[in-house]
Amino acid sequence: MSDPQPQPPRRATIDVVRAGLGRRYRRERRFRAYGLLSVLLALASLLLLFTDIVDKGVGAFRQTRVQLAIHYDPERLGVGARAAAQELAAADYEALIKDALHERFPAVASRAERRALARLPSSAAAWELRDRLLDDPRLLGAREKVWVLADGSVDAHMKDPGASTLGPLQRGWVDELAQAGELALRFNANLFANGDSRDPELAGIRGALVGSLLTLAVTLALSFPLGVAAAVYLEEFAERNRWTDLIEVNINNLAAVPSIIFGLLGLAVFIALFGMPRSAPLVGGLVLTLVTFPTIIIASRAAIRAVPPSLREAALGLGASQVQVVLHHVLPNALPGMLTGAIIGMARALGETAPLLMIGMVAFIVDVPGGFTDSATVLPVQIYLWADSPERGFTALTSAAIMVLLGFLVLMNALAVLLRNRFEKRW
Amino acid sequence: MSASTLPLLVAAIAIAGYFLGAARAASLAATLGGVRRLAALPAHYGAWVALVAALPALVLIALWLLLQGPVIERLLLASLPAAALGEHAGLTLNAIANLAAGVQAGQPDPVLAEAALRLAGMRTTSERALLAATLLLAGAGGLHAWWRIAPGFAARAPVERIFRGLLFACAVLAVLTTVGILLSVLVESLRFFRMVSPVEFFFGLEWSPQIALRADQTGSSGRFGALPLFAGTLMISAIALLVAVPVGLMSAIYLSEYASARLRGRLKPLLEVLAGIPTVVYGFFAALTVAPLVRDLGAAIGLEASAESALAAGLVMGVMIVPFVSSLSDDIIHAVPLGLRDGSLALGATRSETIQRVVIPAALPGIVGGVLLAASRAIGETMIVVMAAGLSARLSANPFESVTTVTVQIVTLLVGDQEFDSPKTLAAFALGLVLFVGTLALNVVALHIVRKYREQYE
Repeated sequence: MSDPQPQPPRRATIDVVRAGLGRRYRRERRFRAYGLLSVLLALASLLLLFTDIVDKGVGAFRQTRVQLAIHYDPERLGVGARAAAQELAAADYEALIKDALHERFPAVASRAERRALARLPSSAAAWELRDRLLDDPRLLGAREKVWVLADGSVDAHMKDPGASTLGPLQRGWVDELAQAGELALRFNANLFANGDSRDPELAGIRGALVGSLLTLAVTLALSFPLGVAAAVYLEEFAERNRWTDLIEVNINNLAAVPSIIFGLLGLAVFIALFGMPRSAPLVGGLVLTLVTFPTIIIASRAAIRAVPPSLREAALGLGASQVQVVLHHVLPNALPGMLTGAIIGMARALGETAPLLMIGMVAFIVDVPGGFTDSATVLPVQIYLWADSPERGFTALTSAAIMVLLGFLVLMNALAVLLRNRFEKRW
Repeated sequence: MSASTLPLLVAAIAIAGYFLGAARAASLAATLGGVRRLAALPAHYGAWVALVAALPALVLIALWLLLQGPVIERLLLASLPAAALGEHAGLTLNAIANLAAGVQAGQPDPVLAEAALRLAGMRTTSERALLAATLLLAGAGGLHAWWRIAPGFAARAPVERIFRGLLFACAVLAVLTTVGILLSVLVESLRFFRMVSPVEFFFGLEWSPQIALRADQTGSSGRFGALPLFAGTLMISAIALLVAVPVGLMSAIYLSEYASARLRGRLKPLLEVLAGIPTVVYGFFAALTVAPLVRDLGAAIGLEASAESALAAGLVMGVMIVPFVSSLSDDIIHAVPLGLRDGSLALGATRSETIQRVVIPAALPGIVGGVLLAASRAIGETMIVVMAAGLSARLSANPFESVTTVTVQIVTLLVGDQEFDSPKTLAAFALGLVLFVGTLALNVVALHIVRKYREQYE
C-alpha cells in the first residue's frame, strides 16, 4: 500500500473570485467612466455650439455709426427754402454728407481720396437724413450733429481690425474719428426694424419674424383643433378594430417621415394641383400643419389617457352621454397636457426649414409681409439664406438671427414647462 | 367678398343659429313648464341648428373652390376659336390669365384680350354665385332646423352623431396625409420613369441633372444615375450613427443605471436640449465651424480634406441624433424588469457585468429598433447636409471628400423655378419616393420591434 498521491492544493471558489476581483472592479470603474464621458461629450458639444454662435453673433447686435455735422442747406439739396414734402423726398442728401465730411477733413483734396472718404458712411445714411428732414421740415436750413450709419466695411474694421478691408487712408480717418468719439458702436435697431437687404448693415429679421408668426398662426389654428379631435376620437370613441389599428400605425409612421417629404406633398398638391400662391405663409402653414399633426395627436392622446377612468365612469353613471363626458370632463382635465404638446409642436414648426424650401419660401424678400398670401420667408429660412452669403457681415447676422430663434424656442419651451408644472394634475 | 371671409360669414351664421335655436327651445320649454319637458337640452337644439346651417355650406365652399378653376378653364377653352389656341392650350391660357391679372407684355392679341375680359367676368360671376349659394344654403338649413325644433324632438342624438363623425374625419386626415404623400410622389415619379429608365436611375453611376442642352436633342437632358447619391447618403448616415450610437447608448446606461436621481434630473433635460435645436442651426455650425476644423485636421495628418467633407456633416448629424438614441434606449433599459438585475447582482456580478450580460441582451431588440429609427432620421435629415455637404455626386469611401445626398439633391432640384414636365423637376420626386419608401420601411420595422418588445415585459 503506497501513500495516497499528494493532492494538488485545491483552490476554493472564493479564492478564484478574489483573484479576479481587482480586474473586475477596474473594469467596472472604466465602464462607468465611459458612461460619464459620453454624457460629458454630448454636453460639451452643446456648450461648443452655443459659445460658438454667441461669439459670432453678439457683435451683430451693435453697429457702427458716425457723427456728422450736417447743414441742411436748401441750396445744396436743390430745393426751395419752403419746400414741400414731395420735393424734400427727392432731394440730394448725398451732397450734404459729402459737405460734412469735407468740413471734417479739409486736408483731403484729390478726387480719389474724396471718393474713398465718401464711402465711410453707408449708402443708407442719405435715407436716414431724408427721413429726419421729412419728420421735421423745420430743420431745413439748420445745422445739427447727426449719428448716421457707417458702411459695412467700417463696421467690420471696428469689430475686428485684423480682418479689415479698408485701405490705409480710410483706416487713418476711421481711427481719427474713433479717437474723437465721433465713431462709435450703437445698438443695431435695423436688425429688428428692417426686412432682408443685400447690405449687411441694413439687413434685418423683421420680415422673417412676421413671416414666421403668420405661418405659425395658420399652423396653430389648424393643427391644434384637428389634432385634438383626432386624439379624442382615437382614445374615446374608436372601437378596437383593424381600421383603428391602421390609423394608429399610420400616425406613428407619419411622425417619423422626413419633413422634406411633406414639402414635396405641399408642392405637388397645394401649389401644382390647387394653384395656391408660392412663398405664401398660408401654404407654409398648411405644410407645417401636416408636419406637426402627428406630434400633437400623440401628445394629446397621452394627456387624454392620463385622465382617470373613474371620472368618466362617474359622469356616465349620472346619465351623461359619451360626448358630454368628453366635452365636460375629459377635455377640461386634459387641456393643460394638450396645450403643452401643442406648444412643443409649435416650437418644432418654428425651427422647421426643409419643407418650406420646397414651397418657395426662400426668395429674397425685402418687404415685411402684410397678409397670409403675401410672399414671405421665415426665420430659419432667413438663417439658411444668410449662412450662404459670402460677405463677412452676414455671418454675424446669421448668428444673431440664430440667437433670436433660440431665444423664442427657449421661451416656448419654458412656457410649456410652466404650464405642465402649474396645471397638470397628478391623479 | 374674398374666399377667406366666406367661412367667417358661415361661422357667424352658425353662431347666430345656435343662440336662436337655444332661445326657441327655452321659450318652448317655458310654455310647457321647464326644460325637463323637452327631449333634449336647449344647448343641443342650438347646436343642431348651428350644425345644419354650417356644415353643408362649408362643404359647398370647399367643393366650389376646388372645382371653379378647372370649370372656368373648360368654358374659356370652349369659347375660343381653334385658331387662337395654337399648339399649346396651356400657354394660351397662361397668357390670358396674365392679361386678366393686368400683366401686359407688348400689344395683346385682340382675341386674347377679349378672352381675358371674359375670364375676369366669369371669375366675378363665380364669386358672386358662390356667395349667394352659400348664404342661401346656410340660411335655408338653419331655418329648416330651427323650424323642426319641437318638445318631442330628441336633438341630442343627431348632434352627437355629427360630432362623432367630425372627430372621425379628423382622425382619417392622418391616413389621407399618407395617401396624399404617396400619390403625389408616386404620380410624378411614374412620369419621371417614363422619361428615364428605372435601371439607369437605380444603378447608374453618373448624376448630372443640370445639363439640359437643346430641347430638341434627345438623351442630352442630363444623366440620372442616382447610385452615388445613395452611397453618399449612406456614408454620412453611417458616420452619424458611429457617433450617436455609442455616445447615446452609453449616456443612457450611465443616466439610468449609475447616476443618482438628482443628477439624472439635471442632465437629462440638458441632453434633450440637443434635440430641440433647429437643424438649420446645426447646419450653420457644421458649415462654418466644424468643416474648417475637419479640414485642418485632415491637413495635419497629411490628408487633403474638402471644405465640404462628409465627415463634418456626419459628425454634427451624429451630435444631433445623440438625444434621440439616448432617450429611446433609456425607455427600453427602464422596461427591463428589476428582477433580472437583482438576480444577476445576487450571483455576485458587478454592475457593469450585469449591464453588459443581462440588461443589454434583454434590451437588445428594443435598442436595435431605436437605432433603426435614428438611422431613418439621419437618412431623411436635410438642412445639415444641404449646408455642410457638397453637391458633387461622386462615389467615394473617403470621409474627407465631399459627397452629396438624396435630400441635398431634392433641395437643389426644386429650389427655384420648376417645370412639371422636365425630368429635372420630376427627378426630385423620384428621389423623394426612394426616401419615403426607405425611411418608411425602416420605421415600420423599428416601430414593430419596439412595440413588440415593450409588450414582452408588460
